[in-house]
Amino acid sequence: MTSIDTERTVSLTVNGVPREARVPVRRVLADALRDDLGLTGTHVGCAHGVCGSCTVLVDGEPVRSCLVLAVQVEGAAVTTVEGLARDDHRGGQVLHPVQEAFRECHALQCGFCTPGFLVTIAAGLEARDATQEITEEEVDELVGGNLCRCTGYANIKKAVRHAAATMREDAR
Amino acid sequence: MKPPPFRYADPGSVDEALDVLAAEGDGAKVLAGGQSLLPLLAMRLAAPTTLVDVNRVPGLDGVATAPAGVRVGALVRHAALLRDGAAAGVQPLLARATASVAHPAIRNRGTTVGSIAHADPSGEMTAVLALTGGSVTVARPSGRAEVGWQDLFVGPLETSLSGPAVVVDAFFPALPDRSGTAFAEIARRKGDYAVCGAAVVVSLDEDRRVAAVRASYLSVGLVPEVHDLSEAVAGKPVDSADWAAAGALARTLVDPDTDLHATADYRRLLVGVLTERTLAEAAAEAAAKVTGE
Repeated sequence: MTSIDTERTVSLTVNGVPREARVPVRRVLADALRDDLGLTGTHVGCAHGVCGSCTVLVDGEPVRSCLVLAVQVEGAAVTTVEGLARDDHRGGQVLHPVQEAFRECHALQCGFCTPGFLVTIAAGLEARDATQEITEEEVDELVGGNLCRCTGYANIKKAVRHAAATMREDAR
Repeated sequence: MKPPPFRYADPGSVDEALDVLAAEGDGAKVLAGGQSLLPLLAMRLAAPTTLVDVNRVPGLDGVATAPAGVRVGALVRHAALLRDGAAAGVQPLLARATASVAHPAIRNRGTTVGSIAHADPSGEMTAVLALTGGSVTVARPSGRAEVGWQDLFVGPLETSLSGPAVVVDAFFPALPDRSGTAFAEIARRKGDYAVCGAAVVVSLDEDRRVAAVRASYLSVGLVPEVHDLSEAVAGKPVDSADWAAAGALARTLVDPDTDLHATADYRRLLVGVLTERTLAEAAAEAAAKVTGE
């Protein structure tokens, strides 16, 4: 018999760490990450799938965490912006090439939309053949699903090209 | 902007899903990709008593491509269909139209069959299902039945399905021989809902003359419609066919509404422009195939 619930305990892996939370079934993943798991790097902008601020990776693919229920990611691996940096060998962390490129190219002003951009672009660049030079169409496609009200996108696109170039160097 | 309270079940089979739908009554709603349903919940435009999440039902995530057409399972994400080269080989409109569905992050989660069951007249895949003469398989407690697109769409966001029912797949017939397709849409922002869109098929005869021209539009009527534009260009050699005449004919056949995003007149203008543009593209594709025979 299928169980019909108003609350559930969800077990998932977030940024490589097993986590668990008791949530009302109507709670979206974005709110569960922020309010139940304390990961406030994921920002909620429009809360209906338009702005892209809340984008996280579910099993490696970018999705809007405001359009997925927390109960739906039972057993899944979620990566948030907090999980993009890698541990270095001295106990510190190394920024992801996309994070480094955003800093280098001044690709943010207020920073609200930035987590969504970082996660989306990081996944997009990792999914492509890093040895190939990135095209303008690819850059547009990578940033086209996220809204930024500050920058006018010029520096964000510059950062995408910068990060792609860095990853191309690394791939050689 | 939070979904209203509801009950939640994630059954492990279609039969279990039907049991829950039957037990929970008319307020229960099937949840697949959720990329249209969750925004409706967030904006409190829908308030189902129960969500029946079919994401854990095995066997619904396959694309079966055969010479007759492509059968797309209920859990196939737009992104998967977009990448499916075999499916695009049999029915090129599948990849062409899914490429225009929202943004990659939405396509990673949203399902093609879900967007059809959602019956939004601005949906890409509702128009493609109609244009290709497709159908869906509906599972009910009494058994499974094929429902043709004409019998499925009743109004905006409304289908003929009532009572416990799960759409388990959609079938898109293959592109006929000597035919080409094209898809185009105009949106205010990339990935946004189309103000107007067109999906077309042009078929030629063995002498490279236009045999049949059909078009379906997005955001133009209350339900997807297919318009036969053959009379404007039938019998003409493909290289000299007057696609503008077909566009002009299309403008007389549609009856768009005015809303916040565009006036009816502007939509009618776009129908003409997009028809002419897409027909030329589809005709060139068809002509290349006939030359190659």
